[in-house]
Amino acid sequence: MSVPPLVARGLRKRYGDTHALDGFDLEIEPGAVHALLGPNGAGKSTAVNTFATLTRCEEGEVRVAGRDVRREPAAVRASVGLVGQHAALDEILFGRENLVMFGRLYGLSKSAAAERADELLGTFGLRDAADRKVSTYSGGMRRRLDIAAGLIRRPALLFLDEPTTGLDPRARNEVWQTVRQIVDAGTTVLLTTQYLDEADQLADRITVMDAGRVVAEGSAQQLKRRLGGDRVLVTAPAHADLDRLAAVLGGRADAELRQVTVEAGQDGGAATLTAVVRALDAAGLEVDDLLLRRPTLDEVFLHLTAKDGAGAGAPGTDAPGTAAPADDTEGALR
Amino acid sequence: MNAVAATLRQSWVITLRDLKHWQREPWTPVFGIAFSVMLVLVFGYLLGGAISLPGGGDYLAYLMPGIFALSMMFGIEATMSAIANDSKKGVTDRFRSLPISGAAVPLGRAGADLMNSAAELAVLMVGGLLIGWSASGSVAATVLGVVLLLWLRFAMLVLGVFLGLAFRGEGGVTAVQVLVWPLGFLSNVLVAPESMPGWLAFLAQWNPISATAAACRELFGNPTGITGGVLADHALLLAVLWPAVLTVVFLPLTARAYRRLSR
Repeated sequence: MSVPPLVARGLRKRYGDTHALDGFDLEIEPGAVHALLGPNGAGKSTAVNTFATLTRCEEGEVRVAGRDVRREPAAVRASVGLVGQHAALDEILFGRENLVMFGRLYGLSKSAAAERADELLGTFGLRDAADRKVSTYSGGMRRRLDIAAGLIRRPALLFLDEPTTGLDPRARNEVWQTVRQIVDAGTTVLLTTQYLDEADQLADRITVMDAGRVVAEGSAQQLKRRLGGDRVLVTAPAHADLDRLAAVLGGRADAELRQVTVEAGQDGGAATLTAVVRALDAAGLEVDDLLLRRPTLDEVFLHLTAKDGAGAGAPGTDAPGTAAPADDTEGALR
Repeated sequence: MNAVAATLRQSWVITLRDLKHWQREPWTPVFGIAFSVMLVLVFGYLLGGAISLPGGGDYLAYLMPGIFALSMMFGIEATMSAIANDSKKGVTDRFRSLPISGAAVPLGRAGADLMNSAAELAVLMVGGLLIGWSASGSVAATVLGVVLLLWLRFAMLVLGVFLGLAFRGEGGVTAVQVLVWPLGFLSNVLVAPESMPGWLAFLAQWNPISATAAACRELFGNPTGITGGVLADHALLLAVLWPAVLTVVFLPLTARAYRRLSR
């Protein structure tokens, strides 16, 4: 088997009293998108900066394409591209000039840098804006130029640190499109994100991290199943009706909210919703409100970290498709 | 040798970038020059009449080399804020993620800044000539004076890059913008230290920019306002040494701050 694009083992890094990374492990497969999913402060950027040789960890080892990040930083830098959290562009220079400048810093000749800049501007739909100051670009254009700058040297591995944070939905779609293009061209991508949705859309494999550690890992499908599925929320017209409603639907009653929660089965939320409607109809029950909800990232994290706190550790091998225990889910739902 | 050539090539790319900034947004350098001109007007004409020099001589002829040295020192702010801005925006992190020498970015910035400083000096000198200042020394002495001024600027650049990396926040830049005033004025650039109280005169005469100003006055054949003390005999030597000391101290600190920069 060939050398994996990136392997990290037992990374530890402290800033003062906080552990940015606390025994973090990661292995990436070639030619795929791997997402690091986690809330703010989970240590995603620290991990990426460590992989890109910008930050050093106190403990642990990172190998990029088999090369040790500490011992051969120059070789690592030559084989990776980094697109950081903030668009790292020169605002006063034109889009094209930015790409030519970074190309020349990568060691390309003047003409080769100009040629590569042209090519990338075309690929990322920036040709019309090529000779305008970057300060006049929209958020999405900036981000695309930023990503283009990370691709100048055709890196085998590209790091994208929160590529869509702060972008509007349209710009976000543009960036997603760009990432798919990159992967189709054969580059391996490691992406960090706070959005479950984004990891779901782009990633072949997702590592969920919190407080500097891996809390779960798997494909989007595996994680979703593990994190608990959709639920249907039914609001009763009056408190008196609540118990009957819960009994008919086989759900859990919440007196305070006058609500019954029905966990979706294997067939998914839509099928459960249909079943709920049928059951209501058959029993001749009326309801105030009927709602299909997917778990939000907040709930996912509350769920995962609550579990982690109780059982401590045992982070992520492939998650089996077991449903979450009811009391755990309740804690997450709150 | 190959590594040196590569570093110089990379630095040149950075130099071109900074020159393009000034070409596209010329207000920073233009205000820098306008500011020095304003100081000449305020001190040369508004206050100058009331200032007399120890050892005699025309105050305007005394003032001009002081203004040259002061404008070299004030360059520290522009360097610091440019570097701080780059690191805040993540541009520095991208530079650091590239397979380039760690010296390339500061060196490139220094190259561009020295060209800018040379232009600034030229404008100030021509302006000085127009209002009656002149350099009556030999051509070689005059050139040496200019070189010493740029040497001071180089040391200030190194210091500016260090401060920009070490104190990136808005507060850092503001603090330096305020501090350069007392540090610049507590020298011989505007007033002869011999007219100051003893302890103040002592500080003023050991200020690095005093050495450069005094050396330039000697080299340009302008009144020095000095009748005794360390600068009477060793101005030239100190004008070479002071920037050298600052560079030797802050260059390694700068390299260290650059390597360690990480959020």
